[in-house]
Amino acid sequence: MHELYFLKNRDNPESHTIEFYLGHGGYEALKKTLKQFAPKEVIEEVKKSGLRGRGGAGFPTGIKWGFVPQDNPNPKYLICNADESEPGTFKDRYIIEHEPHMMIEGIVLSSYAINCHQAYIYIRGEFVAGADILEKALAEARAKGFVGKNIFGSGYDLNINVHRGGGAYICGEETGLIESLEGKRGWPRLKPPFPAIVGLFNSPTIINNVETLANVPLIMERGADWYSKIGSNPKNAGPKLYCVSGHVNHPGLFEFPLGMNLKELIYEHAGGVYKAHQLKAVIPGGSSTPVLLPDEIDVAMDYDSLMSIGTMLGSAGAIVMDETTCMVDALYNLERFYAHESCGQCTPCREGTMWMVKLLSRLEHGEGTVDDVDLLKDVAGNIMGRTICPLGDAAAMPAKSFVQKFRDEFIEHTRQHRCPITKDKSIKGTDANA
Amino acid sequence: MAVEFSEAAKQEFSEILTHYPTKEAAMLPVLHLAKREFGHVSTEIMAYISELLELNVTRIANVVSFYTLFPGTPEGKYVIQVCSTLSCQLMGAETVVDHVKKKLNIEVSETTPDKKFTLKKVECLGSCGTAPVMQINDTYYEQLTVEKIDKILDSLK
Repeated sequence: MHELYFLKNRDNPESHTIEFYLGHGGYEALKKTLKQFAPKEVIEEVKKSGLRGRGGAGFPTGIKWGFVPQDNPNPKYLICNADESEPGTFKDRYIIEHEPHMMIEGIVLSSYAINCHQAYIYIRGEFVAGADILEKALAEARAKGFVGKNIFGSGYDLNINVHRGGGAYICGEETGLIESLEGKRGWPRLKPPFPAIVGLFNSPTIINNVETLANVPLIMERGADWYSKIGSNPKNAGPKLYCVSGHVNHPGLFEFPLGMNLKELIYEHAGGVYKAHQLKAVIPGGSSTPVLLPDEIDVAMDYDSLMSIGTMLGSAGAIVMDETTCMVDALYNLERFYAHESCGQCTPCREGTMWMVKLLSRLEHGEGTVDDVDLLKDVAGNIMGRTICPLGDAAAMPAKSFVQKFRDEFIEHTRQHRCPITKDKSIKGTDANA
Repeated sequence: MAVEFSEAAKQEFSEILTHYPTKEAAMLPVLHLAKREFGHVSTEIMAYISELLELNVTRIANVVSFYTLFPGTPEGKYVIQVCSTLSCQLMGAETVVDHVKKKLNIEVSETTPDKKFTLKKVECLGSCGTAPVMQINDTYYEQLTVEKIDKILDSLK
């Protein structure tokens, strides 16, 4: 059995308190680091660990930190991205609610590494309970002197504030988040300049996902060499939270080293396909990642393995669909999501997502033609790479992969002039591994 | 002045301003505060916020209209938001919506005549592992069943 890091206290209702965290070695990594490491050395250690962003893009965290220009006279900012909204993903919420101090310790360590004295936690507006837990945890950490002035007598100061979002998926995109935090619509910015150079309030800014930051105390406590041996290989290293939702008997959150086999995750840990139904498809890494067929899921859940079969690890939110799922209807559902969440700034995304919804509505209701199936693929292809931010690609990738892999089912809708699948719309009671 | 924050909210507003180097960045926190104070963010409330933040009222409206959490008109005492994105749909979200509709005798986006309940269908609430899910005001209700929905709605006074 592998050692659990994030989920080790999942059965303890007190895990969010500072007493519990301190009783289990909490803030020791921070104490040690402030005494023994210069900020630059923290960046080197995180680079060496192989830690890559857990929000979806998988960019090496230490390298990102290294982009912050230390000679820039402006203040530097760190933003913890807690705007978890990718359909199929519910891992950061666990850390926020159950391990807020692991996250705060990670924020202090990371802020120290980039010489930043003001950090913000941007949490999605719907997570009211999570925001309250974070405020309480921050108050505890301030009272103990782990956040604030002269932390552990090191002379290092850091202030952290919680900032609640207003309900918009796009604010999970880093430049959309920055605009939102500045008090504007969450309209993503053109890059370059990248936020590490010109970010929040025109200053160098690092934005890291909750889970990414929560890895940092572990790296500093046990060392990069130890950390980089967890997982598939040094480029796909570390513990990882996996979300499994949809048609399985035990949906929920699981922790394994990076590179967990997707098939094993579904069948051995998530209880297999709901009521032993036939598996039809799996979206491996959150709704934006290309869909997999049942014969493609014997794959390691890490960045490079999933990339090599044409999909992505994304946020590691696997959505399982059984034989009762209509793939046209499932895609129709996802494209409604993207059309609703498109910020409206770029024409290909704003118009393209709307037209995909119209085409899918037509197809699902039996009014579509074979030309519509091709047009759908064409529209998706014309969104790809033609927008300021990745939301356009996120909407196009599922459309392209669904049509490519389930073309017969799309065509059957046009032939029968109705949805040929007997959908199960009942509420499914499961023994959720929540 | 037609609308005004309570003394407690005014103090909270002053505290919020200390978190940011610009007044403008206090926008979302102040909108949340206004929603808590007034239950919604009307044009009149936007005008009040524009004075607090020293911004043109169109700047406030521009932001308010972008986000989903700041309704322009009063809603029911309990706002029921049923998640309808894929994982929840697979686990029966449509049946959840239909059941709530029937039980409250309202359509989606409507409020009961006694102003007690408003029903909304929303996009992913980020609780896919415990689908189907709904949020009522600040609270998440997970792994819903018809019996559970009845019990929850009946318990709200």
